[in-house]
Amino acid sequence: MGRFAAAGITCSVWRVWRRNWDAFVKTYQVNFIPPFVEPFLYLLALGFGLGTYIETIDGVSYPRFIAPALISVSVMYSAFFECTYSSFVRMYYRKTFDAIIATPIGIEEVIAGEILWGATRALIYAALMLPVLVAFGVVDLPVSVLVVPFAFLAGLLFASIGMCFTAITPSIDALNYPSFLFITPMFLFSGTFFPLSLLPPIVQYIALAVLPLTHVVSVNRAITLTAFSPILYFDLIWIGAVTLVLFLLSIRLMRRRLIA
Amino acid sequence: MFREHDMYHPPEEGPVIGDVIVADNLEKRFGNVVAVDRVSFSVREGEIFGFLGPNGAGKTTTMKMIQCVSPKTGGTLRVFGMDVDTHPREIKRHLGVVPQENNLDPDFTAFQNLTIYARYFGIPRREAEERAMELLEFMQLEEKSAMVIEKLSGGMRRRLIIARALINAPKLLILDEPTIGLDPQARHLIWGKLRALQAEGNTLVLTTHYLDEAARLCDRLVIMDRGKILVEGSPEALVRRHVGTDIVEAERTPDVVACIDGMGVRYDVTADTVQIYTNEPEDVVRTLLDACRHGAVTARPATLEDVFLKLTGRPLRE
Ligand SMILES: Nc1ncnc2c1ncn2[C@@H]1O[C@H](COP(=O)(O)OP(=O)(O)OP(=O)(O)O)[C@@H](O)[C@H]1O
Ligand SMILES: [Mg+2]
Repeated sequence: MGRFAAAGITCSVWRVWRRNWDAFVKTYQVNFIPPFVEPFLYLLALGFGLGTYIETIDGVSYPRFIAPALISVSVMYSAFFECTYSSFVRMYYRKTFDAIIATPIGIEEVIAGEILWGATRALIYAALMLPVLVAFGVVDLPVSVLVVPFAFLAGLLFASIGMCFTAITPSIDALNYPSFLFITPMFLFSGTFFPLSLLPPIVQYIALAVLPLTHVVSVNRAITLTAFSPILYFDLIWIGAVTLVLFLLSIRLMRRRLIA
Repeated sequence: MFREHDMYHPPEEGPVIGDVIVADNLEKRFGNVVAVDRVSFSVREGEIFGFLGPNGAGKTTTMKMIQCVSPKTGGTLRVFGMDVDTHPREIKRHLGVVPQENNLDPDFTAFQNLTIYARYFGIPRREAEERAMELLEFMQLEEKSAMVIEKLSGGMRRRLIIARALINAPKLLILDEPTIGLDPQARHLIWGKLRALQAEGNTLVLTTHYLDEAARLCDRLVIMDRGKILVEGSPEALVRRHVGTDIVEAERTPDVVACIDGMGVRYDVTADTVQIYTNEPEDVVRTLLDACRHGAVTARPATLEDVFLKLTGRPLRE
């Protein structure tokens, strides 16, 4: 087996992915409701409630400002939580990974399959949310359809982040730390509900450097407002590079954890 | 990376034809703990081979190295003539595994557990479904096909795990305590199935704490303790070699111990009995009755359990 984390990944990753898809489809009622309900609640409370006190942000109405953030946050949550709590349950309590690696599938493929699945879940959520946002008239068509494929890339990023934490967490409760100390601040300070530019410059730089959600919000906002600029290249390259590094890192950490 | 000896086995050095597993000085360390301490053994094609040993002896660790899921830290290990380090996929393709800990998938029914597992082996859907039905029938679970795992009893889950291990029609089956926690009926059923699998030409490797099970099923077995193999042989040969044909048990009193000491026989003392290992039980009993001030005396055929306790000692292990 190679030293390189990605060596030995074959198309069997889709068999691992497929197991999760099958389980998801079995319980589709519970899985399909949240992405419909969530944007309703946020748009009503923040967009049309709180938003009535806010004229416009950079010439954009408040509901239109937060709509791409809602998708980004949902993408983050669905991929991150899938590859932390859910993956941890499969790995630790149910020994599903052990069962799979007794077949010709290797641990690298199991982890890659889990991450692809986390990204798929993000894509599904984005695809389900989009019609709601369209119905409210807060996103531009047809270009906003692009948030769906982009959700997969952003999903890979948050799934890989989640999998790194899963690989090093001593227990399921300890996963609360990254959830509260990393994910929650990201939810608030990534240009989601107010523009990053309101923050002191130093905080802006820190946010851009270490809060992945800032780049995801930036891309999604460009898409839903049809306001593309060269900054997007920077966001996309940042997302791509960090995703690749964390994807490989998570596989390496998981190997170390599971292959004693 | 391949090395030359992966490609070609000189006849005098290569595994004997028919050896499915060959371990030579196999070692596994976890940090400072030596879980498997340079053991050598080989498993022949078509036999049922047992691993016995107290808790923590290293049985599961050995099984996991054979399954290519836990890398060895020393020695060599070949399965089907292939190195476990370099050919895990090829080996695992022909392996069926019953793990010590149940790891059925609780999101799915019994039937789906089999078909999803079949997919991991790349078995096409139609074939997987046919095979799943056959195997459920074989393990007498066809009525439970649509049940989710949590509704199955412990015995049914164990049978389902065995069915799952057979989904890829493996040539070698590794069973880590296949009958753990089962009632006598379920154990007999599983024994029957394992023998049927052997009769079809499969090779089986199992670990167990039930010595009667090992004596019934295994053609050959090893007894491990603290990572080392203590003895190897057929159950009958081990009993004959290490204990004799019979055991005479006498109540443990100082008089009896002193008296037996003078008899020139092999014996062990337990908390409340003295166990004399012998091939001439009548003579021993007569001497005891005649010459010693004795309490209760019984004679019985020797079993694998006597060998096990004799070799691994009587005190409880951690
Ligand atoms: N992942 C691990 N990390 C560290 N030590 C381990 C690990 N797995 C096993 N060990 C140690 O290796 C030794 C052998 O364990 P193993 O599980 O192989 O025993 P066993 O013979 O299967 O016992 P049992 O009959 O209780 O199942 C034990 O001392 C155990 O604590
Ligand atoms: Mg064990």
